[in-house]
Amino acid sequence: MDNIEKRILEEVLDMHDKMPEGAMNIRLNGEAAERHSTANIDITSRPDGSGININIKPHTKKQTCCIPVVISKTGYKESVINEFFVGEDCDVVIVAGCGIHNCGDQESQHDGLHKFTIGKGSRVKYIERHYGEAADGKTGSRIMSPKTEIYLDEDSVMEMESTQIKGIDSTKRETRAVVGKNAKLILKERLLTNGEQFAESRMDAELVGEGSSADLISRSVATEDSRISFISNIEGKAPCHGHTECDAIIAGNAKVLAVPALDAVDPDAELIHEAAIGKVAGEQLIKLETLGLPREEAEQAILEGFLK
Amino acid sequence: MISIKNLSYGVDDEQGKKDILQDIDLEIPDDCFAVITGPNGGGKSTLAKILAGVLTPQKGSIVFDGQDITGMSITDRARAGISYAFQQPVRFKGIEVIDLLRLASGDKALSIGEACEYLSEVGLCARDYIKREVDASLSGGELKRIEIASVLARKSKLAIFDEPEAGIDLWSFNNLIEVFRHIKQSTHGSIIIISHQERILEIADTIIVIENGRIIKQGRKDDILPDILGTASAVGECSVKTQKRAKA
Repeated sequence: MDNIEKRILEEVLDMHDKMPEGAMNIRLNGEAAERHSTANIDITSRPDGSGININIKPHTKKQTCCIPVVISKTGYKESVINEFFVGEDCDVVIVAGCGIHNCGDQESQHDGLHKFTIGKGSRVKYIERHYGEAADGKTGSRIMSPKTEIYLDEDSVMEMESTQIKGIDSTKRETRAVVGKNAKLILKERLLTNGEQFAESRMDAELVGEGSSADLISRSVATEDSRISFISNIEGKAPCHGHTECDAIIAGNAKVLAVPALDAVDPDAELIHEAAIGKVAGEQLIKLETLGLPREEAEQAILEGFLK
Repeated sequence: MISIKNLSYGVDDEQGKKDILQDIDLEIPDDCFAVITGPNGGGKSTLAKILAGVLTPQKGSIVFDGQDITGMSITDRARAGISYAFQQPVRFKGIEVIDLLRLASGDKALSIGEACEYLSEVGLCARDYIKREVDASLSGGELKRIEIASVLARKSKLAIFDEPEAGIDLWSFNNLIEVFRHIKQSTHGSIIIISHQERILEIADTIIVIENGRIIKQGRKDDILPDILGTASAVGECSVKTQKRAKA
């Protein structure tokens, strides 16, 4: 791995000088650059070569699994399927994501499907970061279209945090979940677009078990001429609780579309949606100016906080 | 010292130009605790906003520590040493109390311990609040105290508080009086509070009464307060109840 690739990896894993411990698979331009399993977390190639399977033994606690992807070749396109099987009664953190450094003028693209089957009573924190950049003077675009499918068994919890802050020209994200009895799904998304970028995010949660819940939260900032579409849908098919929230800040000529949908199939489903789109509030800028910040720094501080 | 000379401010409405403040002349010396009072709609908050730079007067001048700041931006005034606590504190999604205090103090590395001292000063249990977001999850009273803490963290030469009692419950109000008593003792610099609460007026050095856009009285607390007690310029805690009873 060269220095550029290492730096991209650091952006994706948000690490500081030190590689995270635990199970690991680093995919670099379509090849496994590094892989190690642990006693409880087993990483193997899928028989058809489409990606990897990650098996987490029941009762695995306080362990981490990182599976970042780095693309540094221009014009490289791939489509990957990674499947996670999380046994019963686990408590694990999974870090994934993709960083593209496009060193040329051709389009680079990573499409991935992550499937999670989460066993009874297990708790998974899933962190996904996407980052892109072009080499100086190069025009090759960076495209990512991640899909996530989640199946939550009884009493399990999935907390997913996805972040795409920089440099992805076009993205189409799809997250679907089926939530079982007393299981809980929390999806938090942070998106920032600029230039002429386009991002679409769809979140679908099917609440099928009694006592299940879903909280789908998107915060996005669209600047310059970029566009963001956020479409969320919660189907309450049992007595359940669902909440979806979309907050977006727009600047310049940017456009944001928010479509939160609720479908109470079961009469005892309790579903709520909230959506707010607008510019940075003038009074927020004034407050930070009264603390001595110039207007540009005030706006930056507001956006950074919003996307934190 | 802040010196305001011949200051006027008006707005255009359906009936034409409406004067909000007219010919205001006022001097607040260093280390003075001044309270500006008067009936609602008299122009008190407008004056506070003009001092902070949020509004620009059509006429007159403001000199702060020998420097004419009339045309200065909000940011430049803040950097010159003026702080302003909003009547209705602003909420921020994602910005935590510690972030706000770091921005206010100008010290990105402000430690949690130091930040906690500001929160303790306004009567908040720091541990419970430091990582809370400054958003709708906080009550009006909590937000007000955090707003005051953000002004304290600036350690500025002049701090302006616009109706700190507005929108808070009685319990928080009683604590707020103690907060201001303490600020008065511990702060070096001038304080201007916009308020018509009798108990805040009681701790003032100087009282200024603004009515219909003009200063109608100003002077030492002992000279002014007896004249205005029981009027709209000096409202006691129970005055609302008393008025209701009188009507009944």
